[in-house]
Amino acid sequence: MTSGQLEIQAIAVVTAAACALVGMFLVLRRTSLLSDAIGHSVLVGIVLAFFVTGTTTSPLLLVAAAATGVVTVALVDLVVRTRLVREDAAIGLVFPTLFSIGVILVSRYADGVHLDTDAVLLGELAFAPFDRLVIGDFDLGPTSLVVMSVVLVVVLLAVALIWKELALTTFDPALALALGFAPTLVNYVLMSLVSVTTVGAFNAVGSILVVALMIAPGATAYLLTDSMKMMAALSVAIGVGCAIGGYWLSYAVDASIAGCMAAMCGAAFAVVWALGPRRGLLTAARRRARQKLEFAETMLAIHLAHHEALPEAAVENRVANLNHHLGWSDQVVAQVVRSAENRGLVVQRDGMLALTETGRALAGEALVR
Amino acid sequence: MLFDDYTVRTVALGAAGLGIVSGALGTFAVLRRQALVGDAVSHAALPGIVLAYLVTGSKASLGLLLGAAITGFLAVLLVTAVIRTTRVKADAALGLWLASFFGVGLVLLTFVQRRPDASQAGLDRFLFGQAATVLREDVWTIAIVGAIALSVLALAWKQMKLLAFDPDFGTALGLRMRLADVLLTGLLVVATVIGLQMVGAVLMSAMLIAPTAAARQWSDRLGRVTLLAGLFGAVAGVVGAVASSRAERLPTGPTIVLAVAAIVLLSFLFAPTRGIAMRWLRARSRRGRLALNAVLESVGELEQQHGSGSRGHAAETIGALIAGDPRVALEQLARRGLVARTPDGLWTLTVRGREELDRR
Repeated sequence: MTSGQLEIQAIAVVTAAACALVGMFLVLRRTSLLSDAIGHSVLVGIVLAFFVTGTTTSPLLLVAAAATGVVTVALVDLVVRTRLVREDAAIGLVFPTLFSIGVILVSRYADGVHLDTDAVLLGELAFAPFDRLVIGDFDLGPTSLVVMSVVLVVVLLAVALIWKELALTTFDPALALALGFAPTLVNYVLMSLVSVTTVGAFNAVGSILVVALMIAPGATAYLLTDSMKMMAALSVAIGVGCAIGGYWLSYAVDASIAGCMAAMCGAAFAVVWALGPRRGLLTAARRRARQKLEFAETMLAIHLAHHEALPEAAVENRVANLNHHLGWSDQVVAQVVRSAENRGLVVQRDGMLALTETGRALAGEALVR
Repeated sequence: MLFDDYTVRTVALGAAGLGIVSGALGTFAVLRRQALVGDAVSHAALPGIVLAYLVTGSKASLGLLLGAAITGFLAVLLVTAVIRTTRVKADAALGLWLASFFGVGLVLLTFVQRRPDASQAGLDRFLFGQAATVLREDVWTIAIVGAIALSVLALAWKQMKLLAFDPDFGTALGLRMRLADVLLTGLLVVATVIGLQMVGAVLMSAMLIAPTAAARQWSDRLGRVTLLAGLFGAVAGVVGAVASSRAERLPTGPTIVLAVAAIVLLSFLFAPTRGIAMRWLRARSRRGRLALNAVLESVGELEQQHGSGSRGHAAETIGALIAGDPRVALEQLARRGLVARTPDGLWTLTVRGREELDRR
């Protein structure tokens, strides 16, 4: 591994960790798409700051972009509060408008300078190590790495500091308000964190894929746990895993790093969605199949118990007749009988079924219930 | 004249067609709280477009549209499946698949760009649209595909209406609402992908949402809102296309979006009954009416207390009763002949004012 590769992965890891941590709250608060909106509207902030400072490297650009993110959220809030449209529509009105203004400003007044919208939207991680932060003679490392490390520390500190407030306002805003926790203030703190993270991250992954890094790890972790602390840990772990996995995938197929990281995020969610413990699709399907079989076994036990020791038992409790009496196909009968035998509920002798003690107990219990 | 220019005419026609289709179909997306589905579809179209190009090797717009529609539709299906089978909510499901599909598209795009015959302009065009390259064939594509989509909407109008407002009732009536849902999603996908070339992926969601957001303020009837949304979309399309052709370096897609945003702003402000300005005016006139009543009743009360012999009351006395300055209200009441001013500057009820109070 070259030092360049190491640095790229370090940037990816730090970015993914910061994104996953703030993104988790967006997932829980059902405002995931604000990250999409912020990611697009920061363009205006960057352009305006560029007009003021005349450079594309000033740290003021980051501040302005982050401020635009907060303004975007405030505008969405404002539109929602007119009660003329609902929140999803409000988001869909605000960010394309701001983004359009940004694009028009760029193409009218900033043509020719290095401020192409592609770079903002897509980022380019592969070039990140070339842009180094040098103070005096001392090379601090790639600028994005330094910036994102600072962002990560800020996010970690802020989240740790207002963890309780975040939890309360996320799950019960009304109670939070009643207890004097100012949900709006907490919301804006969170949105500032989202903005700062988005802006810091777009250098690395671009503003569209930042959505993947913010939402996918949180959504994946949400499928795995019920504890918020666990969810935070899992989100960060999944985000970091996707970042590193995505990097090596891009190395293997020689394609866009950011694209591979986003694809990894989608894949991680898909895997957990399908195979996850407890809530995975496959696990749920298996559970349903097992419950169905157990129910059928109980039915069989009840049927046998109902007829045993009576004259008709010779007909009713014969394996070959069960299909008719219980309305099951021969296949189902065979499967249920086999499974019931394995569980020790029934024994089979000369094509006749007899309940064991366990089987009789099960039938009695099921009927009482 | 403006429309003599072939390019401008073509672009304007295409934008108008797109505006009608996306405006009318967007109505249902917004009403069903799926406003941002268009955003997901437009981003998820990227891998489909690139795949179609990789498979066919041509940039014919119909093939690319088909590819875009397939992956766009797939993304919406995944979003719906996630919402139905997990506890992840719509917003996260949308964001998740939108960005993942886009990421896959970017990866595929790097493969295309490695081919010697590829031009690099593809992604830019996808993200921001490139209305200037719209050809007569593209306008025909928009017109034909759009006309089919709108006809389907018209034919399935009853189902769509139920889907928007009360799908359970539709199911109870024996209509196949799941089928209608899939159909509507398909129509939305179609409306989104035909707009990609014109306004691009990022801004396409605005073309679905904004016309409806504006039209909704003018009417409470679904049919009218749908028609108006189509009209607003078309107007914004033409205005945007023409404006961007008149000014230098004014990209078409963003200009169209700003045009439709302006329509939204005007509607929010000035629509009758729902508009902010109208609501404010109504609130003010209601406050004014209440103030007039309060002053009239105060005068009546004072006269009752002081008996019929009173010569009237000073504005200050009346003001003390209503805790405010009654002079403007008194003047207005005087103009309506409900109170009168005595020569020494005191206020009394007129006969009509007395009748008015008695009637209450």
